[in-house]
Amino acid sequence: MPRKISEYVIESFIRLSGLLVIIFVFLIFLFLLRDSLSLFGAYRVGEFLFGRNWLPISEPPKFGIVPLLLGSIYVTVGAIVICVPMGVAAAMFIAEVAPKSLKHILKSLVEILASIPSVVLGFIGIVWLSPFLKHTFALPTGMCGLTGSLLLAFMALPTIISISEDALVGVPRTYKEAAFGLGATRWQALWRIVLPCASSGIIAGVMLGIGRVIGETMVVMMVTGNSPVVPVSILQPLRTLTATIAGEMGETVSGSEHYFALFAVGLVLFIITFIINFIADSCLRRARK
Amino acid sequence: MNIVLKLTLIVLVMFFAAGCGEEVDPNEPVGFIQVKGSDTIVNAAQKTAEEFMKEYPHIFVAVTGGGSGVGIASLINKTCDVATASREMKPKEIELAEKRGVFPKEFTVAHDGVAVIVNKDNPVDKLTIEDLHKIFTGKAANWKEFGGKDLPIVTLSREVSSGTHIYFKEEVVRLGKKDSPEEFSPQTLLLTSSQTIVEEVAANEAAIGYLGMGYVSERTKPLLLALVTAERAVAGKGSEFYPPDVNNVIKKTYPLSRPLYFYTNGEPQGVTKLFIDFTLSPKGQQQFIETGFVPIETERRGKRDDGRGGMDEGREKRDERTLNAQKD
Repeated sequence: MPRKISEYVIESFIRLSGLLVIIFVFLIFLFLLRDSLSLFGAYRVGEFLFGRNWLPISEPPKFGIVPLLLGSIYVTVGAIVICVPMGVAAAMFIAEVAPKSLKHILKSLVEILASIPSVVLGFIGIVWLSPFLKHTFALPTGMCGLTGSLLLAFMALPTIISISEDALVGVPRTYKEAAFGLGATRWQALWRIVLPCASSGIIAGVMLGIGRVIGETMVVMMVTGNSPVVPVSILQPLRTLTATIAGEMGETVSGSEHYFALFAVGLVLFIITFIINFIADSCLRRARK
Repeated sequence: MNIVLKLTLIVLVMFFAAGCGEEVDPNEPVGFIQVKGSDTIVNAAQKTAEEFMKEYPHIFVAVTGGGSGVGIASLINKTCDVATASREMKPKEIELAEKRGVFPKEFTVAHDGVAVIVNKDNPVDKLTIEDLHKIFTGKAANWKEFGGKDLPIVTLSREVSSGTHIYFKEEVVRLGKKDSPEEFSPQTLLLTSSQTIVEEVAANEAAIGYLGMGYVSERTKPLLLALVTAERAVAGKGSEFYPPDVNNVIKKTYPLSRPLYFYTNGEPQGVTKLFIDFTLSPKGQQQFIETGFVPIETERRGKRDDGRGGMDEGREKRDERTLNAQKD
């Protein structure tokens, strides 16, 4: 009897925890939606989504999200272009090529890489990376999108490496053995057999990495210059969605138009990360099948 | 009654936190003050707070920056006791505050010049306000136009939460015209702190930025400023170039000088009043001098020397009232 009771208690506790997560996400979404909708009572949705000027403290203010959205996209795409090939290659090396002793060292180093606080990276960006890029590309200023992309790539690497590595290790040995049996070289087996089989898992890792990159705030705020200009090149200063919220939230009075506008920016960000996570999730699920 | 209750609670908490042994003189003031706002003032406020805490060891003062807008917003949101600001509260903000039952009271605590800094290798060393206007609105894009090297100008600004940003926007970008629609050029870099501006100017030959006088260091070069060019000077006035220093701020010859403010919710009371009084006292003012600002006392004397006394009568009266209240 008491066993049954304790089981019941534990079971309902676990169920409650599971449900709570769903409730929290839903409440956050509702909260964002409510405050964002307050903006659109006074400000037109079209102007918000397609406006090319972000001038929150002017009279009248302009809350055009285009420069911020493009800023976020530029920095993210830049980071992906840099970190995906590197991350997947590193995962392939760790999973298939590296000898066992090196494998362990590399895996723990990747974990250490993941634990570097973003402020530290931002600081390195300001004092070292940004002057370096300025001289290398003869730019007017080193505080530009590329600086942010490089640092963000660095931050997304551990996620991509560890998930891709798991996916590669998860490919059944028999596939590889069959390939060797047909006379494939080690590289051919890895490139033609193992990699395609692990692709869903790798894509999931990449998507999670992207989610990390687009939501990252501190680094981009410190190194990208934050100019709310519609960016043309990644070598230009730009302003991201996250940096806008972080940089301006402190000074807004709760209940003002500016405050609601920042919530609307948050909602846009939430929807973007939600979509990315959704894709990552469906890839992971496909990978498991 | 409420305050008594609060104080008792604070005393109790302090007592337990202190490890149940330390005796606190019941007559000694005890409490916690949250000071928040302007990055320009944060160093001076921190020093003042440290001195203040030496005098009143059982009052803890926490000072944080973030920008004048941050301080004012948190005063309105009732999350700080003293808001520091390098600009005046806007009428819109006061209206919002009153709607929420917050009645901001203003104290001028010091005066400050806004310095415009460039890299040490930049040959340009003086500009007029109009030149600055052209530079920061993007109408002038190359240092060549001002006798410098052939380099595109990189303009640096603080984030919109900064009081210095708003002051600079009003005085330079909009040239003091209230209804002007001019804005910082969108290419302007918005940096998160005065220190980042110093870092970027020190590292970048083409950069120009602005910040409170207290942040001027050996690593960058402050520009001499004049109101207008010689041809446009009215009665020969305003065309001389002055460096941003204490003397020129006192004499008002440096074109970009402004007062710095503390705001409290209503007439300050209890420990907050002690802190405000301390800040305005000679000892408090000394901290502002040491961090590179101009104290209000000298500033007033300077005005009298100019034979233009009485301009600040309102504030003097207020100070007197505070003094009387102290005697009571």
